Amino acid sequence: MKPSFLVFCSGVIFGMGLAVSGMLNPSKVVGFLDLFGEWDPSLAFVMGGGMVVNFIGFRLITRHGKPLFAPRFMLPLKTNIEMPLVIGAAIFGVGWAMAGLCPGPAIASVLLNPADGVLFLVLMCAGLAAGRLLARRLDR
Amino acid sequence: MTVNWVAFTPLSALIGGCLIGFAAALLLAVNGRIMGASGILAGLIVSAKTGKGEAESKSWRWLFVAGTVTGPLLVWMVGGKPIDIQPVASGLTLPAAGLLVGFGAAFGSGCTSGHGICGLARLSIRSLVAVLSFMASGLITVYLIRHLLWVWP
Repeated sequence: MKPSFLVFCSGVIFGMGLAVSGMLNPSKVVGFLDLFGEWDPSLAFVMGGGMVVNFIGFRLITRHGKPLFAPRFMLPLKTNIEMPLVIGAAIFGVGWAMAGLCPGPAIASVLLNPADGVLFLVLMCAGLAAGRLLARRLDR
Repeated sequence: MTVNWVAFTPLSALIGGCLIGFAAALLLAVNGRIMGASGILAGLIVSAKTGKGEAESKSWRWLFVAGTVTGPLLVWMVGGKPIDIQPVASGLTLPAAGLLVGFGAAFGSGCTSGHGICGLARLSIRSLVAVLSFMASGLITVYLIRHLLWVWP
């Protein structure tokens, strides 16, 4: 099988997982974050299932020296806890809670609910660009 | 705190979560990349750093994004019923949230998939810190909006 087809398949499975798990539904995501109201613990099962499968997969895969169709694994190199990491994640959490959407579901649901989806995706892309450029400027 | 047992769907959540984890393992095995939605998308807007100024091919990013859009359509076709989507944000809240999600994910080097699914599975301390940070701010934000300000029910 061609690597490009397998990358596409990975995206398809990701999108299917998001749809099956209910994470394309903003009110379900907010239901998980509503710990002090009527709490819906479902998202913890999504994270748990994803983590366990990927934990095993990660170990089996990185045991081989390199990926199937790339010269090396491109894993994050940073290990230090810096302010941008904590502050960025906190800002992300606020937006996530306001709309019940994070980047994966925002991409996956754009055709299912284009009225909201396109606007959110465009502004999210603007935010991604701004965040990355600012992080780079501070990194120098 | 009370559990909303009617909304709680542990089985489909677990199955969906396993699919997401499998997708992440597949991408890692095929081209050695971490499956982080925000990082993959950001690389299409502002090129990722590749060290010695070598131009990175963006085609794998487009393919992954195209697949992510296709996946839910397949679930819809096979399942025979539309995917449940009940928006919570309207008016200015929606675009404002989009900006915050994008900015925060890029500035904080990841989102729910990159830090949550992949980072925690790699036992990354940075990702654990990020997950605790966005879970805490998310919980506080929902508490403020829902229970203190009564903006939406």
